Amino acid sequence: MATVADLSHGQKGIIKDFSEHIPPIKLLELGCLPGNVVELVQIAPLNDPIYINVSGSHIAIRRSLAQLIELEITDDNMTL
Amino acid sequence: MSKNINVALIGNPNTGKTSVFNQLTGLKQKVGNYPGITVEKKQGICKLPKGLKAHIIDLPGTYSLNTTSLDESVVLELLLNKNDKDYPDVAVVISDVENLKRNLLLFTQIKDLRIPTILVINMADRMRRKGISLDIDLLEKKLDTKIALVSTRNGNGIDRIKSLIANFSDLSTQPNLNTSRIAPDYFDRLQKTFPKEDLYKLWLVITQDVNFMPIEKKRIQDATSFSTKSKEELKKLQHKETVLRYQFINNTLKETYIVDFKSAKGLRATMDKILTHKIFGYVIFLAILLTIFQAIFDWSSYPMDFIDEQFATAGEWIKNTFPSGIFTDLLAEGILAGIGGIVIFIPQIAFLFLFISLLEESGYMSRVVFLMDRLMRPFGLSGKSVVPLISGTACAIPAVMATRTIENWKERLITILVTPFTTCSARLPVYLILIALVIPEGRILGLSYQALTLMLLYLIGFGMAIFSAMVLNKILKIKSRSLFMVEMPTYRLPLLKNVGYTVLEKTKSFVFGAGKIILSISIILWFLGSNGYSEDFKNADSIVNERIQKQGLSPYSNNYIQNHINAYMESIKLNPESPPDAIQLKSLQDTVQNFTNILKERARLQEIASYKLEHSYMGLAGKAIQPIVKPLGYDWKIGIAVLTSFAAREVFVGTLATIYSVGSDEEETIKNRMAAEMHSSGKKPLFNLASGISLMLFYAFAMQCMSTLAIVKRETNSWKWPVLQLLFMTSFAYLVALTAYQILK
Repeated sequence: MATVADLSHGQKGIIKDFSEHIPPIKLLELGCLPGNVVELVQIAPLNDPIYINVSGSHIAIRRSLAQLIELEITDDNMTL
Repeated sequence: MSKNINVALIGNPNTGKTSVFNQLTGLKQKVGNYPGITVEKKQGICKLPKGLKAHIIDLPGTYSLNTTSLDESVVLELLLNKNDKDYPDVAVVISDVENLKRNLLLFTQIKDLRIPTILVINMADRMRRKGISLDIDLLEKKLDTKIALVSTRNGNGIDRIKSLIANFSDLSTQPNLNTSRIAPDYFDRLQKTFPKEDLYKLWLVITQDVNFMPIEKKRIQDATSFSTKSKEELKKLQHKETVLRYQFINNTLKETYIVDFKSAKGLRATMDKILTHKIFGYVIFLAILLTIFQAIFDWSSYPMDFIDEQFATAGEWIKNTFPSGIFTDLLAEGILAGIGGIVIFIPQIAFLFLFISLLEESGYMSRVVFLMDRLMRPFGLSGKSVVPLISGTACAIPAVMATRTIENWKERLITILVTPFTTCSARLPVYLILIALVIPEGRILGLSYQALTLMLLYLIGFGMAIFSAMVLNKILKIKSRSLFMVEMPTYRLPLLKNVGYTVLEKTKSFVFGAGKIILSISIILWFLGSNGYSEDFKNADSIVNERIQKQGLSPYSNNYIQNHINAYMESIKLNPESPPDAIQLKSLQDTVQNFTNILKERARLQEIASYKLEHSYMGLAGKAIQPIVKPLGYDWKIGIAVLTSFAAREVFVGTLATIYSVGSDEEETIKNRMAAEMHSSGKKPLFNLASGISLMLFYAFAMQCMSTLAIVKRETNSWKWPVLQLLFMTSFAYLVALTAYQILK
């Protein structure tokens, strides 16, 4: 299953239902909810952390956390 | 007079909450701490229409009522405690028009507490540029509240907030979300067990880890009539709650908040590309760091010199103006010297906070965190440790407090423990005076030895911080989950007013916080240095006079007199071509004789003063610790200075100034006085290369700051860490200083 950590520069995906691993509540509060679109904005020089735009929230998270958010990668230009 | 209306300002970080607070209260604000913790408490007074007054609290920024840090707990504890004297009559939730959706999450939570709530939508000036249009009337209806559309940049809408606050009794207190929708069965049972309590509040008490009044957690846990849920189940319910809240918000915004992406313009993407670029990003950060250091150590030297001169002049003025006596001495040598030692740091502290607040206000600081996180991690630190480590170059106290944003406890603890190694501004005066004394003035490759030494000391401090972080990372067995999350705010031009307030407030808290300690130490030192109980101290005058009669003045005094006479002879410049006649010669001889007598008298008084000092309480203490500091190359006077500077490092120079000037009328600079001091062997200066370097290294590593220890105790909530820190840093410093002296001597 793809996760937010698998996105490449500028790529987008839709967050799936959380099956087993529940990400921390704070992440949800910042907009990481099932059904929302995530776009990868920047990757830090040493490949970690990553900088995402999720439903209008711009946040940076570490890869380890990003791996907890499962998604379906979409390549079309959906509006957020 | 009627009671003030209590207002709480609540909002996500980066929404301009503090700008709104500044606009409402102006300079009528007070910054303190919540009792027992170091969370900043900002309060202010605001005049309202109809002659009413509001007492406004600016609560710490939080994303939601699900607390994860001390700062956030403060918000929740206040909002759940109706007995608190600050419990708000009305809550003002500040949001940013660009992030309205996310900001409304907190709004719905506050609203569900049934507190009258006003919604402020800030940054209205950016709506056009971002293509945002709002239907305020409909939004007010859907959220069941009153809204003020505000732009703190030009002051629009502030009056609307004031009039809404004044009319707070018109606000609805109906919740946005029916709590029992989260899990109907569970909440029905809960309500049956506690029929009088509000469901949402009960839910918060169950899920949050804070102390509550008056419904206590234990009471709920002990209630057997409804089955409690496991942590995992509770977490799932919290998720469901968040999803439900966002459903409500999305429905609300669907018709009221429209973004036309075509007309949206933004610098974000371009700026991010440059500022987080794998090369330019670091180059820019380094350039900014260098500018900050340049400001702290170069630009601030002008105001610092000015302050120094003013205090020297004032000291002289006091001595010349007031009748001599114990009061004048206390004023000039104790109190004034003490205040001078505090005020001198104001330019550096102000510059540092000016830059930090500019970087934070503009949104750049988050990019630094993003850039640095991966680099810091091998040392057990986080990208968020960068801010404390930079702040640490001014003062470890705000730096330790700044670690609060680090979510991971282990990373935070390591940052707290290593920050005091960075070279704070209090070490600077110690370094500067010692470098001037013991490092020769030559240059290598165009760089002066003295500047290089200073730079080396900074690198040693930073290197030691990183190295001990690495060691701690290996030793500490703390498991904590990485929750690293940084919001990357939009780039904004900093509001000068906000920056100004921050600088003012931080400087004030330094002056009054650290100032109290430094001032009281100066007074205590003055007292200990000018009082004693022994017979030697009481009879100092006759003992010294007798000695001078028998053996003459000390070699040091004779040297001192000779130097002054030589300087005098040079200044009158005898012309060899027209030798003075007999009368002129006679008058010259008389002048020199008179001058010598004056100098002899001065030297005599100084010898008495230093004899007194040696036998004062301070001298006795110094003698007692002499065996400990002697292997490091220090005498008892330096020993005293080192001992007193355990309270605060900058006290070192002040102590030596006090020790050397107690009783002396000579307005000689402290540096010359130190340079003239001889080692007990009488063969070399006391401050030589070996002892000077040993001292500098000791100051680089030793934990000499009571205030930092106190802050570490509060932030780690245990004595274990500050005590370990003190023992480790100081014994390490002692060993390094010992080794350095023994090798170099």
